[in-house]
Amino acid sequence: MAQLASFAPARPEEILLPVKPWYVVLTLMVAFLGNLLPLSGVALVVKPDFLALVLLYWCIREPRLISVGIAWCLGLLMDVADGTVLGQHALAYAVLAYAAEYFRRRVLRFPLWQQAAQVAVLLLFCAGLVLLLRVMGGAPLPRWTYAVGPLTGALFWPAATVLLQWPQRPPASPSER
Amino acid sequence: MRHISVEPPPFFHRGPSPLARLAFFGLLSLALLFADSRYHYLENIRRAVGTLLYPLQRVVQLPGEAIAYVGTYFSSQRTLASDNDALKERLLADAPSVQGYSLLEQENARLRALLTVERRFQGAAIAAEVMYSGRDPFTQKLFVDKGDAAGVLAGQAVIDEVGVVGQVTRVFPNMSEVTLVTDKDHAVPVRVERSGVRSVMYGSGTGRLPELRFLSPNAEIQPGDRLVTSGIDGTYPAGLAVAQVVSVERETGQMFARVTCRPLAGVDRSTLVMILGQAAVYAPRPEEPSETDAPRKGRGKRRPS
Repeated sequence: MAQLASFAPARPEEILLPVKPWYVVLTLMVAFLGNLLPLSGVALVVKPDFLALVLLYWCIREPRLISVGIAWCLGLLMDVADGTVLGQHALAYAVLAYAAEYFRRRVLRFPLWQQAAQVAVLLLFCAGLVLLLRVMGGAPLPRWTYAVGPLTGALFWPAATVLLQWPQRPPASPSER
Repeated sequence: MRHISVEPPPFFHRGPSPLARLAFFGLLSLALLFADSRYHYLENIRRAVGTLLYPLQRVVQLPGEAIAYVGTYFSSQRTLASDNDALKERLLADAPSVQGYSLLEQENARLRALLTVERRFQGAAIAAEVMYSGRDPFTQKLFVDKGDAAGVLAGQAVIDEVGVVGQVTRVFPNMSEVTLVTDKDHAVPVRVERSGVRSVMYGSGTGRLPELRFLSPNAEIQPGDRLVTSGIDGTYPAGLAVAQVVSVERETGQMFARVTCRPLAGVDRSTLVMILGQAAVYAPRPEEPSETDAPRKGRGKRRPS
């Protein structure tokens, strides 16, 4: 039970430790590898864009470390890895990073599941942007399952938040034990 | 009166504003999108970055491969024996046609030698394993584990044990990208096996069946007909199975019949594929006679080889 209780986001009065840059790089790399997983069928449809999710998290929490430029570069890498048109993911991630920077104070005021709803809107907006660009470029409309990925991404948001801020949690003070 | 600076002190300075950065990178990505989709300028960059990413992609595949390996290790002897029996039966069933084929091939070679026609296909076929299917929801692609190093060239045809899967479109040093026949506007020249009617099959994108375009309403075609490659384009060798006709709609008043078909090959299921040797290079098309006597230079259209 104690284990379960500890799997919760930091309380507002908790002051997080400063993040280590290598930790940000490491999480982004793991998310990138997660996107490279050779899945097919239903798993591929349901799989969220892990990199977008982690990127969004760091853009909201650490806008001085990660912002539009880095997001754009990661998007370009993703374009090559997926074999999509160059610039597609790059644009989506840059817009995502900008939106995160714009909305970050507002998003952080809400409890996690309400944050997830806002994240869903952001991710769906980026997916819509990519859809618009590709259809204008002559691609056929994808199936409706195209919208499933962003939604599962939003479902992952609370878990991602708890996991990503884990190393930054201050050690429990003796009075709380 | 001294001027009071309204600029923030340098330790608060954070570079250009987010909106300016977004505008810059947004325009850059639009330029990239345009350059890549219209003119294919950036293949070299893509190739270089793709080569750097290859080790990462292999690492990510290791867990799945390990599970598959353990699975095969523990597959029971009975499964192996029954597989073996089934394969032997199939070999026996195929024997007549295979033997007949070699005879026909010899005869054909002799006839071609008589006619001094080149062999239409050179080079050996390369067996390749499917690494993963493309993650782009707008296209139908497949990535296989043979590339430059194995002698794969862009434009080669890819088949599995049943029929045509697609065509190699990009080659990296150790892997290559195959565009499936179901990809939007991917054209395969086909022939109806039963009646010999020629047409071109166009893919229609994810989740939709390919269709034959420009077939007149009275064309000799019916549901259930098998379509095989006609070999006219020089990319796909003639006679490979491609698809089966699913429906034929002939409406009076329409110029063409609406024919949809289902690909025979396990386009999104097969795990082992064969990359066929490069098509023979055709002689360039003779220059069209011009109105003036002097032939214009460089205007003769060449067939893509």
